[in-house]
Amino acid sequence: MTNWIRACSAYDIDNEDVIRFDHGGHSYAIYRSPEDEYFCTDGYCTHEKIHLADGLVMDHIIECPGHNGQFDYRNGAPRRSPVCEALRTYPVRLDGDDVLIDIGDRA
Amino acid sequence: MAHDLSPRDYSLTGENGGTGYDLADWYITPVDRKRLKALMKRSDKAALFNYGLWLGGVIGFGALLIATWGSWWSLPVAIIYGVFYGSGGDSRWHENSHGTVFRTRWLNDFFYQLASFMSLRNPYVWRWSHTRHHSETVIVGRDPEIAFPRPPSIWTWLLNLIYIPSLLGELSKMVRISCGRFTEAEKSFTPTIDRGKAIWTSRIQLVLLLGVVALSVGLQSWLPVMLIGLPTFYGSWLHHLMATTQHAGLAEDVPDHRLNSRTIYLNPFFRFIYSNMNYHIEHHMFPNVPFYALPTLHEEIKHDCPAPYPSLWSAYREIIPTVIRQQREYDHFATRVLPQGAGTTPDTARHPMAVAAE
Repeated sequence: MTNWIRACSAYDIDNEDVIRFDHGGHSYAIYRSPEDEYFCTDGYCTHEKIHLADGLVMDHIIECPGHNGQFDYRNGAPRRSPVCEALRTYPVRLDGDDVLIDIGDRA
Repeated sequence: MAHDLSPRDYSLTGENGGTGYDLADWYITPVDRKRLKALMKRSDKAALFNYGLWLGGVIGFGALLIATWGSWWSLPVAIIYGVFYGSGGDSRWHENSHGTVFRTRWLNDFFYQLASFMSLRNPYVWRWSHTRHHSETVIVGRDPEIAFPRPPSIWTWLLNLIYIPSLLGELSKMVRISCGRFTEAEKSFTPTIDRGKAIWTSRIQLVLLLGVVALSVGLQSWLPVMLIGLPTFYGSWLHHLMATTQHAGLAEDVPDHRLNSRTIYLNPFFRFIYSNMNYHIEHHMFPNVPFYALPTLHEEIKHDCPAPYPSLWSAYREIIPTVIRQQREYDHFATRVLPQGAGTTPDTARHPMAVAAE
């Protein structure tokens, strides 16, 4: 089941950066890569509940602001401890200037 | 006034070892996102300049120690070499455990393993221990790195100037982990996924150390162990003097780094050896900011923090009487003064703290 919703404008996110997006009781992190591609993951780190939107984007890595754990935000894979568990990722597409994410069966 | 004379249980598996604070509970001074992003940025150039100087010092003074060995000149050379190796290595172990020094990942990992060996630490167990320290800074029963549990042991502190208690602890830990044994406390914060790596690293470190000892025995000379192994003991004193100021004598169980950590001003050489960890409130509040950006971060948030201590001595003028008083008053601690208008959270506001008058 697909459920595309508008998360933000493409211009809301700087190149190689991340912003927070909250919807339906869930929190997401929306990324803009150095190649101007957009990605979306769950907002909170899988290690401890701290939001990744306060972290640092380096190339295709998001570094958590809590303990410097790292994920590849393109596929959610953990890249540096203390994170061990992958982040859930969501499909993203652009519709004009709008960044849409597919939250699937989430409300 | 009656004081609490019952010792607290600082063990991670004891009566206080329950749920601590969430990271979201900790006070963070608001900093503009673009500004913070710039401060968090990693630079191989800045890091390599610092690490080049440091490694150059280790190798240069090591060579000088070899050249002067057997003469009295080797004594002052050994003191300087020890500071670069023991104190400089310890602070660089810490920085690389955060992985914030270099933009290039393998450089962080390489220097982390090197500095872990130089400070005789298991890189995996200590990384997890330090992760907990950042989640639960000076929270009793949760933070495994409380260096001054009340009543603080002054003898242990003095002996640690030559790394004796830590020496025995780290060497026995190295042997124990080499055999695949972890304490219950270590198990509580080190996940199984990293225990195998911890075991093999301890074994490699042990073989390296034994190799140096064998070389010393074979050559009938102290020189090899004076170059590798012993500098951790005779050279860590400067790091120990500076690191003591991080949390000693300050509040426990308060989710606000401004009240349980110190920022002090140091001279450039001490800051170089210590990797700017004198900006300790800043480091705890924003662990993604690399050490070379901490002085700038300090300027950014100092309006919201207690006044920094102007020198190492000024911090000790507070620590020494506090630690002495804590020998008989376990509930005593030094109170930090927040500036007028400083932000608070409900948790921090419940704790005793003074706010400067207008």
